[in-house]
Amino acid sequence: MTGLVPMTGLVFWAELGIKMAVAAAAVPAIGMVIGYAEMKLSAHMQSRVGPYFAGGRYGWAQLIADGVKFIQKEDIIPAEADRPVFKWAPALVMLGTMALLVVIPLHPSRYGMVRDLDVGIFYALAVSSVSTIGVLMAGWSSANKYSMIGGLRAAGQLIAYELPLVLATVGVVIQAGTMSMQGIVQAQVAQSWPFMLTQFVGLAIFMTAALAELTRLPFDMPIAESELVMGYVTEYSGFRFLFFFLAEFANMFSMSAIAVTLFLGGYGFWGIPTDTLLSPLIVFAKVGILVFIMIWLRWTLPRFREDQLQTLAWKWLIPISIVNIIVTAVLKVVV
Amino acid sequence: MSEYFQDYVAVAAFAAFGLVLVVLTLGITYLVRPSNPTKEKVTTYECGVDPVGEGWNHTFIRYYIFGLLFVVFDVEAVFLFPWAVAAESLGVPGMIAVVIFILTLLEGLLYAVRKGVLKWE
Repeated sequence: MTGLVPMTGLVFWAELGIKMAVAAAAVPAIGMVIGYAEMKLSAHMQSRVGPYFAGGRYGWAQLIADGVKFIQKEDIIPAEADRPVFKWAPALVMLGTMALLVVIPLHPSRYGMVRDLDVGIFYALAVSSVSTIGVLMAGWSSANKYSMIGGLRAAGQLIAYELPLVLATVGVVIQAGTMSMQGIVQAQVAQSWPFMLTQFVGLAIFMTAALAELTRLPFDMPIAESELVMGYVTEYSGFRFLFFFLAEFANMFSMSAIAVTLFLGGYGFWGIPTDTLLSPLIVFAKVGILVFIMIWLRWTLPRFREDQLQTLAWKWLIPISIVNIIVTAVLKVVV
Repeated sequence: MSEYFQDYVAVAAFAAFGLVLVVLTLGITYLVRPSNPTKEKVTTYECGVDPVGEGWNHTFIRYYIFGLLFVVFDVEAVFLFPWAVAAESLGVPGMIAVVIFILTLLEGLLYAVRKGVLKWE
């Protein structure tokens, strides 16, 4: 038996290394796909063409060109800034992003996700708020009034919307009887319909809160170009700037993938066995739909005011999600 | 290494990898990018005008009362998850206990709302 232990250790490290390499490639790839989709969809929703020249057709290489440009761009650090905090803020944002990728299930086998944690969904909700510390650091350390207001708004927004986000998932946990991401998907596959049908209130609240956590319109007060220049990223340039955007797009993907896992049945789809190579494609298709809705909402809804945002969270979303929990529990336990 | 610790190691490795990725990329771009911080370039950006006063101005943080409420409800959420996993096996008695717990906290939120704490002035 003792001979086996280093062997399994080696397998574990090799597996982890490969998964890290995949994740390292996936983050820029996701960023490019969602970034391009956002540019093109935004353009067409506003009767524009969007990126057009880069790459020859449809401007498909626009984001690669942008990346090359960012590599060559000077990294300006303002003289007034708190240098170490300013420098490490994007790294902390990326830390949260990478940690969130650990619990996204693409396939039922052990290679379909990085690690099937027992507390999967709980962990995901916890690390999804790490990025906000990075945002607050960026806002404070820039020594810029716009950045500071943006950072504080981001903190207030996180505090208000973390709760609906967490409470909206409790209904799913009650129904599935587990917090493991694979377990939640398996529970939906076993009953052959997604939790969306019974937890539609949860889904609506979760997506609203996810938009707020991602600081996307209609909840983009921390960035709010027309009032705060670029909020907490005002003073950033070059690759540090790019990391904030990569993290935003990667988090968009992760949050959508978590919503897909919890509410839309993950890799399960009627009539298709779950353990084929189609499983990741099913997840990506479902994520694509949610990401499209997020981009769509951006061009549909005007920005909230800061007090309206707080009112929406505290007076509407939290009570509704608590009622949702109680109703779900009664139906589960009594009926 | 047991399965139990592998979970922790995987999470820690991925989190650290996020930092490494940033450090590595910035290290590589350091070789390519120019560096010429002139005086004007590194002044605080304030729409092209010379900055007025300091960046770290006194700001009224309206969120601290929200922060207090947040702590209360976040702890509530932490208590809800273990019950939610075992909701079926705990049955009606467990559910009644949790509903009382939730309603007590909801009453606190109602109190805060009636007190006008959540109003923005």
